[in-house]
Amino acid sequence: MSESSHAENPIREAFARHIEDLDTAPFWWKNAKTESYEKFESLANPTRRDEEWRFATIKGLELADVRFAALPSISDAAALVERSNFIEKFSGRFVFGDDQTLQADRLSPELEEKGVIWAPLKEAVAKHGDLLKDYFMKQEADLGSEKFAALHQAFMENGALLYVPKGVEIEDAFVVYNWSINAGSAIFPHTLVITEDFAKVKLVEANLSATEDTAAFSCGVNHIFAGVGSTVDYTLLQNFNEQTLGFQINSNIAGKDSNVKTISVNVGCRRYRSETHGQIKGSGSKVEMLSLAVADNEQEIDQRTLQTHSAPHAVSDLLFKNALIDNARTIFSGLIKVDPGAQQTDAYQTNRNLLLSGTAEANSLPGLEIDANDVKCSHGATTSQIEDDEIFYMLARGIPRAKAEELIVYGFFEEILERISCETVAENARQIIQSKFKKRQTK
Amino acid sequence: MSNTLEIKNLNVSIGDKQILKDFSLTVPKGEVHAIMGPNGTGKSTLAKAMAGHPDYEVTSGEVIIDGENIMELEADERSREGLFLAFQYPMEIPGVTIANFIRAALNARLPDDEELNAPDYYKALYAKMDMLKIDRKFTSRSVNDGFSGGEKKRCEILQMAMLEPKYAVLDETDSGLDIDALKIVAEGVNSMRGENLGALVITHYQRLLDYIVPDVVHVMYDGRIVKSGPKELALELESKGYEWVKELAGEVAAS
Ligand SMILES: Nc1ncnc2c1ncn2[C@@H]1O[C@H](COP(=O)(O)OP(=O)(O)OP(=O)(O)O)[C@@H](O)[C@H]1O
Ligand SMILES: [Mg+2]
Repeated sequence: MSESSHAENPIREAFARHIEDLDTAPFWWKNAKTESYEKFESLANPTRRDEEWRFATIKGLELADVRFAALPSISDAAALVERSNFIEKFSGRFVFGDDQTLQADRLSPELEEKGVIWAPLKEAVAKHGDLLKDYFMKQEADLGSEKFAALHQAFMENGALLYVPKGVEIEDAFVVYNWSINAGSAIFPHTLVITEDFAKVKLVEANLSATEDTAAFSCGVNHIFAGVGSTVDYTLLQNFNEQTLGFQINSNIAGKDSNVKTISVNVGCRRYRSETHGQIKGSGSKVEMLSLAVADNEQEIDQRTLQTHSAPHAVSDLLFKNALIDNARTIFSGLIKVDPGAQQTDAYQTNRNLLLSGTAEANSLPGLEIDANDVKCSHGATTSQIEDDEIFYMLARGIPRAKAEELIVYGFFEEILERISCETVAENARQIIQSKFKKRQTK
Repeated sequence: MSNTLEIKNLNVSIGDKQILKDFSLTVPKGEVHAIMGPNGTGKSTLAKAMAGHPDYEVTSGEVIIDGENIMELEADERSREGLFLAFQYPMEIPGVTIANFIRAALNARLPDDEELNAPDYYKALYAKMDMLKIDRKFTSRSVNDGFSGGEKKRCEILQMAMLEPKYAVLDETDSGLDIDALKIVAEGVNSMRGENLGALVITHYQRLLDYIVPDVVHVMYDGRIVKSGPKELALELESKGYEWVKELAGEVAAS
């Protein structure tokens, strides 16, 4: 390929450099990346005519503004590590800044002894290749972002691998901070959680921007493989700045009798697309998929979900709540799919939207596709508007408007916040929401 | 004038319908005045316009609290200046607990860098709840959400007791109360009476005024006060009915 064709395709050029920089990585890894890159190139950009992109803003998804070039080094690493303090008592902590490892807090010798693996993916490629060959990117993106999942695999270079062997129960959470730092930067956060039989673990991921005014791109993936009877509790706090274009492609596979709980708290990003697939593959399992988003100004939060029941006697419970202010837009599109063999499925899907302004727009596309005859499924979507008289009542008590909105939004989210199992994480979620309203008050 | 609530020549419309017509009234601090008048006369309009409700267009006039005209202020600022409105129909605020609601209202009155001390706050809150015989469990219930009519009214008075306004307008706080609740609420209001509070009590019924004895009674009709007098005026009104008020209104309009 000639130099000029590289110049015409800055993403390809950046990918070539990315592979070059990986010279010590194993062949299979580079190979998979190259295949992913070609897949990215071959897939068309989404259009609004695609069912999976209905109502979404397509403009900008060609990623012309994103700088895939190598990033300048990080000067304020210590300060960012300092700010990575959501949880004091953790089993392990990684702080990534523009995908570089700024801080790695390792396992206690005790957990190491038990065979737990907690490693930055950069290291894991060499050290835990066999595990990665079995699990890395082994859950297909199937909610519209196939192209961006391929981009993720092509460019990702770091992330967290968490493997918990049979019967090991860990109380304190593992924590991953993904900082977006440089203007125009592209980051590809990745968290991979694998639990063997009857293991128990919590992971908290926080996606944040170092400063308020750097336009950046993030394309993250979280995959959970929950083994038989195991329990996985995953919380994502997304508070990128409002210049960021964010993708988050999450999927979990629930094994027999496992319990998987995923909670997303979305506050940041100019435009955010999340895809969440709960794959119920084991009978008797229980999957909870929870999300809250508070969007203001011109923010767009686009959420696609899928609950696939392919085993009987399982429960999935989805609740997505969005609060919208100003001209914010949200899209919720969810589908429950029950395969013929998945008898006695209990599946719930609820989307609730709260409008705090007359110009905000909440779109809701709930859906069911049921091929079994003995199931309990329900889906529902409601959108309600805060009445002016409710706000007036609060104003009449001396509560300023922004505070009144904040109280109502808190109240609206409480049923999700109280399901965050770790109180400190719930407290952090509250603070992130609060800081958004603080910003509004000073506006 | 300091130490008075003065309503001066207030004209208020909703849409193109004028409701308050050159309405004037003065309540000195330390006094309780009652306003009585038939349905649709504009009593609630007066209360809400004073509080700053956006639906009510104030075309002219002033409301002056201790010398300061508050009509240019936003609703929340008016409240913080010391004006309190107990609503005729309190709104339900799902998801916001009474404890958090009142706390936010009190915090809004503190300087930016100060926060309420939680133990002190709860102590004060429980004391007022006990006084108003409101079950302490209500602190964790959402404001007015699923409350009975009487519970809502008691909750209004609880808020008043916590916020300690300079002037309070109580809009039919007696409606929906059974006789025991009426006594409790009246006791609550009476306990706040004194030189630091001026109150305007809107009611249709003498029975409230048996418990909250007013210093002055005003009769309102068609957007203005048509007669003012001592507390006996309420009794006279009850015996003569609103036909008499219409006649009074004719006299006022003619004068
Ligand atoms: N938001 C509104 N929109 C339209 N008309 C209104 C509105 N609020 C009040 N009005 C009208 O204004 C007039 C005065 O109403 P207001 O509620 O002030 O009466 P009131 O004296 O409080 O009556 P009541 O004794 O029944 O409580 C009525 O004719 C009413 O229909
Ligand atoms: Mg009224």
